Amino acid sequence: MDVSVIVVVVVVTALIFDFTNGFHDTANAMATSIATGALSPKVAVLVAGVLNLVGAFLSVEVARTVSSGLVDETRITPVVIFAGLVGAIVWNLLTWLLGLPSSSSHALFGGLIGASIVAAGTGAVHFGAVLSKVVVPAVISPVLAGVVALLGTYIAYRSTARADKGTITRGFRAGQIVSASMVALAHGTNDAQKTMGIITLTLITAGVLAPDSGPPFWVILAAGLAIAIGTYVGGWRIIRTLGKRVSDIETPQGFAAETASTAVILASSHLGFALSTTQVATGAIFGAGAGRRLASVRWGVAGQMAVAWILTLPAAALVGAAAAWVASTGTFGTVIVAVVGVAVAAGIYAASRRRPITADNVNEVPTPAAAAEPVAAGR
Amino acid sequence: MTLAWGSLLVVCVVSLVAGVAVCALVSFALVGLSARTPRPVGGPDDGARLALSPGAGTAVAVLCLGATLLIVGYGLYIVIA
Repeated sequence: MDVSVIVVVVVVTALIFDFTNGFHDTANAMATSIATGALSPKVAVLVAGVLNLVGAFLSVEVARTVSSGLVDETRITPVVIFAGLVGAIVWNLLTWLLGLPSSSSHALFGGLIGASIVAAGTGAVHFGAVLSKVVVPAVISPVLAGVVALLGTYIAYRSTARADKGTITRGFRAGQIVSASMVALAHGTNDAQKTMGIITLTLITAGVLAPDSGPPFWVILAAGLAIAIGTYVGGWRIIRTLGKRVSDIETPQGFAAETASTAVILASSHLGFALSTTQVATGAIFGAGAGRRLASVRWGVAGQMAVAWILTLPAAALVGAAAAWVASTGTFGTVIVAVVGVAVAAGIYAASRRRPITADNVNEVPTPAAAAEPVAAGR
Repeated sequence: MTLAWGSLLVVCVVSLVAGVAVCALVSFALVGLSARTPRPVGGPDDGARLALSPGAGTAVAVLCLGATLLIVGYGLYIVIA
C-alpha cells in the first residue's frame, strides 16, 4: 500500500483511539464529582475536556516512552500500528459497553505488542521496557493511589469529626471542583501523550521523522483535541460505575480520591511512566471508600474490575495480533481489518442504544439487584 | 532489563507525601473555617468551649490553604518547566 495513504489512515485511526480514550476516561476525573453533586454532569465534562487539552501541552515525557521504547521501530510498519490500534479500539468499546473502567493505555500497548509480535516476531518487542515502564507501574500505581486516598480520607474524617458539618461539606465540595480539574489536567499529561507517541512512532516508521524524535506541534494539537472531544462526549456508563457502584462517595472522599489520583499521575507523567490513569483513579476511589468504612466498598465490583484489568493487555494483544495477521496479506487485508473494525464498533454502539446512559440518568442506579449483577444483566 | 527503582520510589514518596499533605491541610483549613460558624443551639456541641476563636480559625484556614496552593503550584511548576 502507498506509504502516504497508510500513514494518513494510521493517524486518523490513532485519533479515533484517542477519542475513545477520552470518553472512556472522563469518569476518572469526574465520576466522584458528579456523584457527590459538586459539579453538574454537563459542566463536569466540559471542564474535563478543556483541561485535557491544556494537559496535553504540558509534558511530552510519556509520548517519548511510547514512541521510542516499547517496540523496535526499525522492524515494524505503519500497517502493524494500524492493526494494533484496531485491537485497542475494539477492546475499549467493548469494556465501555459493559461499563468497566479498564485501562485504555493497556489496550493500546496490548494491541501494539500483539500486532508487532505477529508481524515481526517477539524480538520486535522490548519486553524489558514493557515490564519496567508499563507492567510494574500498572501494579504499583493503583495500590499507591488507593493508600494515599485511604490515608487522606481517614485524616479528613478524623480531623473534621467535631467541626461544623455544613462548612465541611461545602468546603470539600469546592475543593472537589479544584481537585477534579487537576485530575483532568493530569490525565492530559499522561493519556493524550499515548496517542501522540503512537502517531510519532508511525511517522518514524514511515521515515517522515528521525528515530527518537519528539512529537511535532500538529501532533500534540490533534491528539489533545481528539481526547478533549472524547472527554466532552462523556462515557456515562463508566461514570456511573465509578461514581455510584463502587461505594457511596461523600465529598471528603471524592476530594481525597481526586487528590491522590492527581499526585500519582502527575509524578508519573513527569518521570515518563505511562501508567493507566483509569487504574489510578479506580484505586483511589476504592481507597477513599475504605478510608471511611471498609464495609462500604462493594468488593464484588472490585473483583469484576480486577478481572478486566488483567485481561485488557492480553485481550487487546490478541485482537491486534489477529488484525496484523489479516492486514499483512496486503492492501486487501488492511481494508478487511478496517471494515471489520468499523462493523464491530457500529454493533457495539447499536447495543449501547438499547439501554442508554446519559448525563440525565447517570446518577440513577436502577435497582440493587441490577447494581449487584451488572454484567449478567444482558447488556 | 533495568527497572528504574529510583524513579518508582520517587513517584511513591512524592505522591504519598503530597497527596496526604494536601488532604490534611484542606481538612485543617475547613476545621478552622467552621470555627467561624456558631454552634447550633441544642446540638451535640451546644455550649461546648470552641477549640478555636473565629479569628484564630480564619488564620489557620488561610495558612493551610496557602500551604496547599504552594504544594500544588510547585508540583505544576516542576511538570511544566
